Amino acid sequence: MKIHNTTGGRIFDAANYVFLALIGVLTLLPFVYVFAGSFATDAEITRRAFFVWPEQFSLGAYEYIFSTPAFIRALVTTVLVTAVGTVVQLILTVTMAYPLAKRNLRGRQLILSLVVFAMVFSGGMIPTFLLIKDLGLLNSYWALILPAAINPFSLIIIKNFFQELPAELEESAKMDGATEIGILWRILLPLSKPVLATFALFYAVGIWNDFMSPLLYLSDNSKWTLQMYLRQVTASSDLLGAGNVDPNYIPPEQGIKFAVIVVATLPILIFYPFLQKHFAKGMLIGSVKG
Amino acid sequence: MTTSTVDVKAPEQAPPPAPAPGRRRRFAVHFAHYKWLYLLLLPGVIYFAVFRYAPMYGVSIAFKDYVPFLGVNASPWVGFQHFQDFFSNPDFGRLLGNTLILAFLNLGIAFPLTIVLALLLNEVRLSILKRTVQTLVYIPHFLSWTIVASLSFLLFALDFGPLFLFINSVLGTDIDFLSDPAWFRPLIVLQEIWKNTGWGTIIFLAALATVDQDQYEAAIIDGAGRFRRVWHITLPGIRSTIIVMLILAIGQMLNTGFEQIYLMTNALNRDVADVFDTYVYFVGITQGAYSYSTAVGLFKSLVGIVLIFGTNALAKRFNQSGLF
Repeated sequence: MKIHNTTGGRIFDAANYVFLALIGVLTLLPFVYVFAGSFATDAEITRRAFFVWPEQFSLGAYEYIFSTPAFIRALVTTVLVTAVGTVVQLILTVTMAYPLAKRNLRGRQLILSLVVFAMVFSGGMIPTFLLIKDLGLLNSYWALILPAAINPFSLIIIKNFFQELPAELEESAKMDGATEIGILWRILLPLSKPVLATFALFYAVGIWNDFMSPLLYLSDNSKWTLQMYLRQVTASSDLLGAGNVDPNYIPPEQGIKFAVIVVATLPILIFYPFLQKHFAKGMLIGSVKG
Repeated sequence: MTTSTVDVKAPEQAPPPAPAPGRRRRFAVHFAHYKWLYLLLLPGVIYFAVFRYAPMYGVSIAFKDYVPFLGVNASPWVGFQHFQDFFSNPDFGRLLGNTLILAFLNLGIAFPLTIVLALLLNEVRLSILKRTVQTLVYIPHFLSWTIVASLSFLLFALDFGPLFLFINSVLGTDIDFLSDPAWFRPLIVLQEIWKNTGWGTIIFLAALATVDQDQYEAAIIDGAGRFRRVWHITLPGIRSTIIVMLILAIGQMLNTGFEQIYLMTNALNRDVADVFDTYVYFVGITQGAYSYSTAVGLFKSLVGIVLIFGTNALAKRFNQSGLF
């Protein structure tokens, strides 16, 4: 297509390219600043308005947070809850999606309608909180995993994916005497690895980033997750309670905030390329059809 | 094959009309045949019953005076008492105002910006630039609001935050953006734009890819310039997507995002910061007014549902394809 045939068009293109490149850089700039700041001294952070490279390289902030028990506990907790939670949520979603993909299963339509209704209407914060309380899950990590265990959207997308796999695969396996569970495990799951990987990542990001659930359900601050810890550190300056630290040691107060943000962001950035590979595809498959 | 003994399960083969016991029997056969599938279905069904539908039943406490040790069922009914209390409470007007102002700012600024960004990206022929920019602008969507809030605290930090220094030197002022109530809303909208504008373009870019390319060729032959092509071909081509997204956005209007607002609220900006979502938390969880706050939450959900059906009906009246 000959689009570039006018001078006006070329000027527009050039301006557009510059503008978009600028948008891209601006999006990234806060990270660059925080990343650089996490390796700088407090003096430099307060003295220099903005920088992308520290003059004086310092690991002080990281040394400090990685010798703080509260931080390490929050980090380990978050990693474990995210790992266990992702597995639990994925298993629950897949085991429910598979039977729902069978068109001749009775009761399927009813259950699907109830799932769709649950997308539109929810009990809301307080009734859910009271439920968690009645189930005795307050201050339990299960409260961070179970309430959002099956995302209705993901469920329906995975169901549709199973439905679109060729039926002959299952039929020939059935001839060979495979059970339904055997078919799911040995035939469908290997075929849907990329799809499931995408949803696993989405679930993992959801748990890792979750702030509302720990805020609502974990009042015991020894159980806090990284997001809660981050909130505590960046929102107030009298931080950390620092029990095990040399009383004469003055922590790099600003640097700590920068370093905790970096630690909380890094896993997302590391997994982002894997996420990105699939999400556009996943989103489009997801144009929910009955 | 047909040399059968007489007692082949006749009811299973027999066509309807089936009397009730026969139907039950056939369901039993169906169930036995698919028992593994039903077993797989069970955990999911239990999940929806417990974590999705039980809270919906729990909404009934909006019409009761919830007493923890009596539970949801035994607590006494009070009718619309909590709703009356809420509507006559001076907080109501303030909450509604704050929520609506934020909603309209997001709808009026962030929503069109998403379309503009998608259109600009769509004009890019240099695919490496397009992909790089897309990759970059999608990232913030995957970060938590805690991180977004923390980044804001650092960038606007009093006396040394880069944006604090920059904006104040440009305006020649000395504003503390984080505590000045006048700057609460701009900050919220800015965060929203940074976090979600890029991600929002995905759906529009997908729609843009389906616009008929022949029309552009025809328009070029007719001498239509770049902007006229966008105005007369591209925008009408994605009109239905824009309308669907607008309906969805309006349905979500009152959902101001609990985490974002909660994280940015402080003692100084409380008056402009309080919205329905955070109010439910403060009154319900921290003050223990469970029934009252459930009523507030229910009111908000119902308004959301009315909004979504209302906009949908409106879109249909103007002869546009609605959402449903």
